[in-house]
Amino acid sequence: MEKRVVFRSAWLPYALLVPQIAVTIVFFFWPAAQAFWFSFQLQDAFGISTEFAGLRNFADLLRDEHYLASFKSTAVFSLLVAASGIAISLLLATMADRVLRGALAYKTLLIWPYAVAPAVAGVLWAFLFAPSIGIVTYVIRKAGYNWDWVLQGDQAMLLVVMAATWKQISYNFLFFLAGLQSIPRSLVEAAAIDGAGPSRRFWTIVFPLLSPTTFFLLVVNIVYAFFDTFGVIDSTTQGGPAGATQILVYKVYYDGVKAGDLGGSSAQSVILMLIVIALTVAQFRFIERKVQY
Amino acid sequence: MVENRPWLTVMSHAVLIAGIAVIAFPLYVTFVASTLTLDQILQVPMPLVPGDRLWENYSRALTAGASGAAAAPVGRMMLNSLVMAVAIALGKIAISLIASFAIVYFRFPLRNFFFWMIFVTLMLPVEVRIIPTYKVVSDLGMLNSYVGLTLPLIASATATFLFRQFFLTIPEELAEASRIDGAGPMRFFLDVVLPLSKTSMAALFVIQFIYGWNQYLWPLLVTTDESMYTVVIGIKRMILGGDALTEWNVVMATAMLALLPPAAVVVLMQKWFVKGLVETEK
Repeated sequence: MEKRVVFRSAWLPYALLVPQIAVTIVFFFWPAAQAFWFSFQLQDAFGISTEFAGLRNFADLLRDEHYLASFKSTAVFSLLVAASGIAISLLLATMADRVLRGALAYKTLLIWPYAVAPAVAGVLWAFLFAPSIGIVTYVIRKAGYNWDWVLQGDQAMLLVVMAATWKQISYNFLFFLAGLQSIPRSLVEAAAIDGAGPSRRFWTIVFPLLSPTTFFLLVVNIVYAFFDTFGVIDSTTQGGPAGATQILVYKVYYDGVKAGDLGGSSAQSVILMLIVIALTVAQFRFIERKVQY
Repeated sequence: MVENRPWLTVMSHAVLIAGIAVIAFPLYVTFVASTLTLDQILQVPMPLVPGDRLWENYSRALTAGASGAAAAPVGRMMLNSLVMAVAIALGKIAISLIASFAIVYFRFPLRNFFFWMIFVTLMLPVEVRIIPTYKVVSDLGMLNSYVGLTLPLIASATATFLFRQFFLTIPEELAEASRIDGAGPMRFFLDVVLPLSKTSMAALFVIQFIYGWNQYLWPLLVTTDESMYTVVIGIKRMILGGDALTEWNVVMATAMLALLPPAAVVVLMQKWFVKGLVETEK
């Protein structure tokens, strides 16, 4: 879509674009290009000499079992966050769509976790489940289980998944609620007249009609789990124990900032950029389909 | 409703109330912990009714912070967070507004090139270019400054898209009429486009304020000076190694202080928040 009526000026449009483009070049393109460039270089431990290394950083990474383990943790983490977040919020949204009384109050009480910073969400959950003083830990121990996420990798993963999902439920809930409310009432009524019960109506009519929303949320949640959960990890497990929760973004940060491996960290950045591009393309492909639907 | 099924309605309410209770539980425990003494928290299990130390804990946090290596008053951190959130929100709105005005209302060479240039920044989140971006900011001497905290985050493809979509829905007749009346492009922008964009700006402000307030990785890298910490990273620095060493009562008061402003914005400006959330994802 284009405007028919436009203004003419040889310089004004450029002047209006300067701030945005300048920030974009200085803080986006230039650093991205540098990450690309560093990823082909090897640096010694003191940063004094660098040499061109071709694809060696990438080859090293693909041979590094820690990096491959990090890929696996990221996949497990993002699938768990996306699946549990979508399931819980779909349940809540379906219920909220049914009730007439108190709908606004329910909505208000469900959306506030969106405002909590991932790092703060991590602190809240880590406190509940703290190995020695956590109140939930106390209950779990009473029930006879051993809970210590500082030492147990699976439990650490469970903790970060819970904290990350908790924060994302409100987002999914709002989109599901909007999706549910846009489903034509006549379809549901027709099915009811034909004798379909509530659960049958949900699975044969509502759920299929929600599939564009569900797919959209799947992509958004995976992107969220990949990148925005850095704060959750850093304020709770810091990638531990023994790398069990070291997702890709955390490893880029850890290797580059804490371990000082510029080449390896940059090569990881480049791989991550490729993943973001793939996810963004998936998202936009889908949006085109949604318009037809 | 399609049909009257009382038991299903009761169940819906029950599920919603249970969901809300589970979701609110971490917040409730945090609030209770922020009103207790450290000794009360350390005795397992900690009490689940609020104590009487609310005032002491919060004023300690605001004026002094937790004791330990990185003690800094949270009052100052809240100010830093506020400056960062407001500067990012206003900065994003300002530069995106004029950029999309140029892209929609002018025809000029390289127009599509610039549009794509803004578009691909969607694919370069700060998390994937951490170290080079840090180097650029450090070379420009912007570490430990508000400029360094905000400027690198104000380019926004989503805001530019949102305004572009909105400008495309403004009737052509308005631009035509302005041109016939002899108004130049900037007059048209100020007198017609800007007033019409108010609701989009408000919605975007809410979303970007939360985005700015909740930033974590970027301030963690850029600020080394305690007086420049934001409250979100301040909490992290207060948590020391073992559970017993940390002053949990002050940490939890700080956590409440860190989450109340954005949560208040979401709840009080719910209408704008929902609008902004849905529109920035189109």
